[in-house]
Amino acid sequence: MFEGVDALLLARIQFAFTVSFHFIFPAFSIGLASFLAVLEGLWLKTGKQLYLDLFKYWLKIFAIAFAMGVVSGIVMSYQFGTNWSVFSDIAGPVIGPLMAYEVLTAFFLEAGFLGVMLFGMNRVGKKLHFAATLMVAVGTFVSAFWILSVNSWMQTPVGYEIGANGQYLPGDSWLEIIFNPSFPYRLVHTVTAAYLTTAFVVGGVGAWHLLRDRTNLHARKMFSMAMWMAAIVAPIQIVAGDMHGINTLEHQPQKVMAMEGHYQSHPDGAPLILFGIPDSEEKRVKYALEIPKLSSLILKHDLDAPLAGLDTIPDDEEPPVGIVFWSFRIMVGIGFAMLGLGLWSLAARFRRKLYDWQWLHRAALVMAPSGFVAVLAGWITTEVGRQPYVIYNLLRTADAASPLDAPAVGASLVAFVLVYFAVFGAGVWYILHLMRKSPHLGEKGVKRGDTGPIRTAGITPGPSQNPGDPSTLPRNQEEATDGR
Amino acid sequence: MAVNFDLTVIWAFIIAFAVFAYVVMDGFDLGIGILFPTFEVGPERDRAMNSIAPVWDGNETWLVLGGGGLFAAFPLAYAVILPATYPLIIAMLLGLVFRGVAFEYRWRDPGHRRLWDAAFTGGSLVAAMAQGMTLGALLQGIEVVDRAYAGSWFDWLTPYTLLTGLGTVAGYALLGATWLVWKLDGPGQHHARQMGKRAAWATLALMGGVSLYNVFLNPEYADRWLTAPEIYLAAPVPILTGVIAIALLRSLSVERHSKPFWLSLALFFFGMAGLGFTMWPYVVPPGVTIWDAAAPERSQIFMLVGVAITMPLIIAYTAWAYWVFRGKVGDEGYH
Ligand code: HDD
Ligand code: HEM
Ligand code: HEM
Repeated sequence: MFEGVDALLLARIQFAFTVSFHFIFPAFSIGLASFLAVLEGLWLKTGKQLYLDLFKYWLKIFAIAFAMGVVSGIVMSYQFGTNWSVFSDIAGPVIGPLMAYEVLTAFFLEAGFLGVMLFGMNRVGKKLHFAATLMVAVGTFVSAFWILSVNSWMQTPVGYEIGANGQYLPGDSWLEIIFNPSFPYRLVHTVTAAYLTTAFVVGGVGAWHLLRDRTNLHARKMFSMAMWMAAIVAPIQIVAGDMHGINTLEHQPQKVMAMEGHYQSHPDGAPLILFGIPDSEEKRVKYALEIPKLSSLILKHDLDAPLAGLDTIPDDEEPPVGIVFWSFRIMVGIGFAMLGLGLWSLAARFRRKLYDWQWLHRAALVMAPSGFVAVLAGWITTEVGRQPYVIYNLLRTADAASPLDAPAVGASLVAFVLVYFAVFGAGVWYILHLMRKSPHLGEKGVKRGDTGPIRTAGITPGPSQNPGDPSTLPRNQEEATDGR
Repeated sequence: MAVNFDLTVIWAFIIAFAVFAYVVMDGFDLGIGILFPTFEVGPERDRAMNSIAPVWDGNETWLVLGGGGLFAAFPLAYAVILPATYPLIIAMLLGLVFRGVAFEYRWRDPGHRRLWDAAFTGGSLVAAMAQGMTLGALLQGIEVVDRAYAGSWFDWLTPYTLLTGLGTVAGYALLGATWLVWKLDGPGQHHARQMGKRAAWATLALMGGVSLYNVFLNPEYADRWLTAPEIYLAAPVPILTGVIAIALLRSLSVERHSKPFWLSLALFFFGMAGLGFTMWPYVVPPGVTIWDAAAPERSQIFMLVGVAITMPLIIAYTAWAYWVFRGKVGDEGYH
């Protein structure tokens, strides 16, 4: 098997596969960690049982998603060495320290406080427990900060010197490397994407339970909170994406040419191609549906501004246009669909039928997984769009790979595919199972041993009780209804 | 250059510290996984797993620091070792995937609990074996030409690496068993103590075997251990190891709680010290020294600042997390 297949291609598929799988979990856990912190904070502030119930409901889901994020992340941190050893050797002095900072400032923080967050509610008291939840949320953000700095440096490398042995060495200023030109945009856009992804999952789950029982207070609260996020954050994301694109045009013009499908240069105003079929043989977009001059307006804020096309780029420096063109449209399409749902929810609030408009709930349910599709499409645009380079304009992907033979890379690829689909498939199934259950009064936390048949008092370790037991807090069923 | 010299040595010690922290901390997690099938289904297994559920993720993070630190401080070593031991690394990663998700899944799905228990054990066993064999492959030497691995596919598979692999499995089982002696009581603790004794004997035998093999593996290693003046430096290591071994075996036959665990840690510490002494100053024997592989001074200094600031904090809050979950698992006085 795999003799005669290109080892490089297999290594690329392996990287794309493992990192795409990995990113699905952070996209959800970054947002969910913050959502949990908000819920716990609201509970501490208002004392309402409802928030504690929601906290515990989502905490169980978070525990599974986080575990999957961790184990798939460990794989990533070794992929650089196993499959891209030349890249690791050459770029290690610059990006290695950034990744080490990620471990020191983010991974330890998340992992160190996770145990207390999941199992420590009765052991440390409410305030300290809230602090632990906050630390986990902060950790996920700090992690995104560093890894996106690394990735952005690979997209827009600055502040380096080239050493005698061919390595890239850091220049005088680490700040220049960390805050490289595309980093601020990528950080804002990706973290916002994670928040949106989570909001749509929460909204979808809320909608599903509203469709079954529109008086469910927990479902109402979830749905309302998620729809506020959609209405407020989706427009921010579109603006951020636009600015990101303009920045990319400045630093990685051929990526934008591929995104836009501009094979030809347009000296006086480039059209915006809405749809069409890019054909790299003939170097044109077939059946194109286009709006004249709009692309120049978006990218240059001037109808008649000239825009260069891929005809100005040597053929062996062009990214694959088809993939980039389509993945970009998928992402942007979803972005506008998210905006649409947000606006619809505002209208529903205005007409006081947020919890009664079944079509709105159905739409939210359909949109529940849309964030995942959008983030993956976004990353594919970003990563494929910088090909054939792995470090933009410096190191070609083809020159970065490990000296491995195709059968070795192919066999490990097959192993990853089988294991990931089986293991993470099961995890997603368990998450869906938890989501299907309706959140209810007196929700239990992540409890160990609660499913076992034999259990005497004292066998469970930490989380043996539920603080704020419903019997002590029977009141606020009504108080929770105000979230219109 | 003098500064660079010192920094490189400092970094070698930092990486060694991270690896040691990983080996002992995830070592007892993996050891519990390895011993898991010998525990009775039901509360005994549940407690064994619960004793590490709140801390395993933090323990595993040391592996990321070891790997990531190697990448950052000795990029060439990272770029050579991983392709050279490719199948082992992949096996380890996949083993850790199974082991890690089992913590969550087994509670979510009682119908398939046996499956996830098997995943927990299988994953732990594979990861431990692969880690031990990787160590062996490194010690027996890796062929490097032009800053790249130049050996062939199965260089990592030899009787020696099998021996180091088994030694690691036994050592982790020892750590796991002694951890459980500490954290459990009643029949579970009794069982852990029995397993601890067996694991201790196996570990000592395999450690001895690997040490002997080392001497024959490479004349340079033999020189280092058996001739003056190095022998004066080296001799305390086996002598102290022997003293600890005796104390460990004794502590396992009397009613001790935490002592066997601390003695096992000490055993690992001297094992690591011996390995360091064997390898020094190579990071990839036989050709690449720590100075050949070191990142430039600017990278080293930048990271050193980070380590100096964060490491005390990390150690503090990790200790706090352990403190929060102190005491016997399931013990009522455990709030
Ligand atoms: C924008 C965010 C983001 C991106 C682009 C990546 N990750 Fe990630 N990663 C996270 C955000 C994150 C996180 C939110 O911090 C995770 C996800 C769930 C979790 O447990 O922590 C995580 C976990 C995680 C872990 C486990 C940490 C632990 O033990 O707790 C490792 C080793 C990595 N990642 C490594 C990588 C590598 C090498 C990447 C690039 C190829 C990468 N991640 C992309
Ligand atoms: C987590 C979100 C990410 C996703 C979904 C993603 C996706 C992808 C995809 C689809 C490719 C394949 C491109 C191709 O071969 O045509 C790729 C390549 C690559 N990415 Fe990313 N990426 C992500 C983050 C990162 C980060 C954070 C880094 C760096 C730290 C990175 C480094 C690379 C490298 C080195 C390659 C080259 C290998 C290759 O071209 O296949 N990626 N990525
Ligand atoms: C309609 C509005 C949007 C626009 C105009 C937009 C624009 C862009 C652009 C231009 C890039 C590529 C930047 C580069 O590679 O240099 C990108 C990447 C990305 N997009 Fe979007 N985007 C939009 C909506 C979304 C949505 C709704 C999500 C997810 C919920 C999302 C998630 C991502 C991610 C994860 C990346 C890759 C990381 C990065 O480079 O920032 N985007 N986006």
